[in-house]
Amino acid sequence: MSRKTNTFKRILKNGAVGFTRNFSLAAAAIAVMSITLTVILFSILASATFNNTISQIRAKVNVSVYLKDGISKSDLNNFTNRLKEQKNVKSISYISKDKALAIFKAENSNNASLMNAVSAINNPLPASIEIIPVDINNIQAIKTFIDQQKYSALIDPQAGTSYSGDRKQAIDKIANATKIIKEAGAAAVAIFSFVSVIIIFNTIRMAIFNRRDEIKIMRLLGANKSYIHGPFVVEGIIYGLMSGLISMLVIYILFAGSANTLQATSFGLLDISYAENYFKSNLFIIVLIQLGVGMFIGAISSAVATRRYLKNKIK
Amino acid sequence: MILLDRVSKKYPKSSEPALDKISLHVEPKEFVIIVGQSGAGKTTLLRLLTREEKPTNGKIIVGGIDYDKLKDKKIPMLRRKIGVVFQDFKLLPNKNVFENVAFALEIVGASNEEIKKTVPKVLAIVNLSGKEKNMPSQLSGGERQRVAIARALVRQPKILIADEPTGNLDPVNAWDVIQVLEKINRFGTTVLLTTHNVEIVDKLKRRVVILKDGKVFSDKAKSGYKL
Repeated sequence: MSRKTNTFKRILKNGAVGFTRNFSLAAAAIAVMSITLTVILFSILASATFNNTISQIRAKVNVSVYLKDGISKSDLNNFTNRLKEQKNVKSISYISKDKALAIFKAENSNNASLMNAVSAINNPLPASIEIIPVDINNIQAIKTFIDQQKYSALIDPQAGTSYSGDRKQAIDKIANATKIIKEAGAAAVAIFSFVSVIIIFNTIRMAIFNRRDEIKIMRLLGANKSYIHGPFVVEGIIYGLMSGLISMLVIYILFAGSANTLQATSFGLLDISYAENYFKSNLFIIVLIQLGVGMFIGAISSAVATRRYLKNKIK
Repeated sequence: MILLDRVSKKYPKSSEPALDKISLHVEPKEFVIIVGQSGAGKTTLLRLLTREEKPTNGKIIVGGIDYDKLKDKKIPMLRRKIGVVFQDFKLLPNKNVFENVAFALEIVGASNEEIKKTVPKVLAIVNLSGKEKNMPSQLSGGERQRVAIARALVRQPKILIADEPTGNLDPVNAWDVIQVLEKINRFGTTVLLTTHNVEIVDKLKRRVVILKDGKVFSDKAKSGYKL
């Protein structure tokens, strides 16, 4: 066995032994790391779940353009083709007068007088184009395109577009509110993650502070820096690994457990079944994030904290 | 083996120097006792030799290594050549007796076979056979100090520095430790011992260097010591 391999094995072994023999200190550090990693994971899941709810709400927002009766097919095609080219237009669908009437009838089948009125006269409903926007915060761009003078001959002057008046206000409110919630969710994940990293770093720093004499002794015996901080880094990685696993277990019990045993589908605003599905379907990436982040922060914190004592305290 | 030429050390916050132009020459295989009251400069002297401190002035050469030319990177190499025993033992608290001694060999890259062969031999020299698995907290003061000596000894250093190794021990344990040091010296290791235990100094009848106020007050072969 080469000397380097031997040294590497000893670093791993000393790290593992250090972990078991300082178990009370390790347990405290793991407890803190588990809590913070759980908070991070919870905020990721909560944010994903809220985003899903928000996306569903936003997907329901569309804009209709009501057309004049009797416009030519070529004019209509020309208009719809130009409309499709707009950046903020996700998809469009044409609803003919007949289809509009069918929909109207289906929606109002219980209202006999309304049905009679519609049947008695010619179809009063206009044909329309239903537009699903890419971003509901930017519907105005679509409206500006439609309101161009050259298209005025196609559009019903009375009905115009559905993006006006009270409906416009409602859409704008939904758009802004959902945008703010989405941004707040992302900010919360970022803040929780940042605070967690700081807490984990300080926890490990405290654990190493308690063992600074060991570092000093090793230096006095002539151990080189990597041989001293290596085992501490290994310990940090073990902390991260265990905390990552614990945090996932806690979250799994929280979501899957409550969904199964309480038959609950939501935690306040939080859609549990979606969160549980998200957790399961993204398990691989979540495992990667939790263990990766835990182990990475554990290793970096240990390395930084140990180097402090290697650098400043003794020569 | 050890040469100090007009070595001074002044700490930034102190008005008086801890060591004031000390010159000392220690031959190979010598056993030198350095005595002096607290604050006389004994510990500072040893800290200079282990390069925990740098001298303000003067030259230090130990085992052919000129400290002026010693780069910080090479300090671990120097420390591996010198065995050091401290008053407070400085054992690694989370390692057992065997592992504490083995650690000194691990850091110089000794093989597992070498460690398994050497450590029990050294533990036998300091009469600790059978205590390999004990943790430092399970040992008496004398036993702990003997572990520390075993650790210093296991790399077969040319020089062994013992900084008040009996300071925390009762007379019986203290004399045990001193006898181990004498044994090591007989094997050919240069021993530098600091103490203020009058009895030990008188009993050993070795070269005694007395430090007073950071200066060499006297340096006599086979001397006794009276405060």
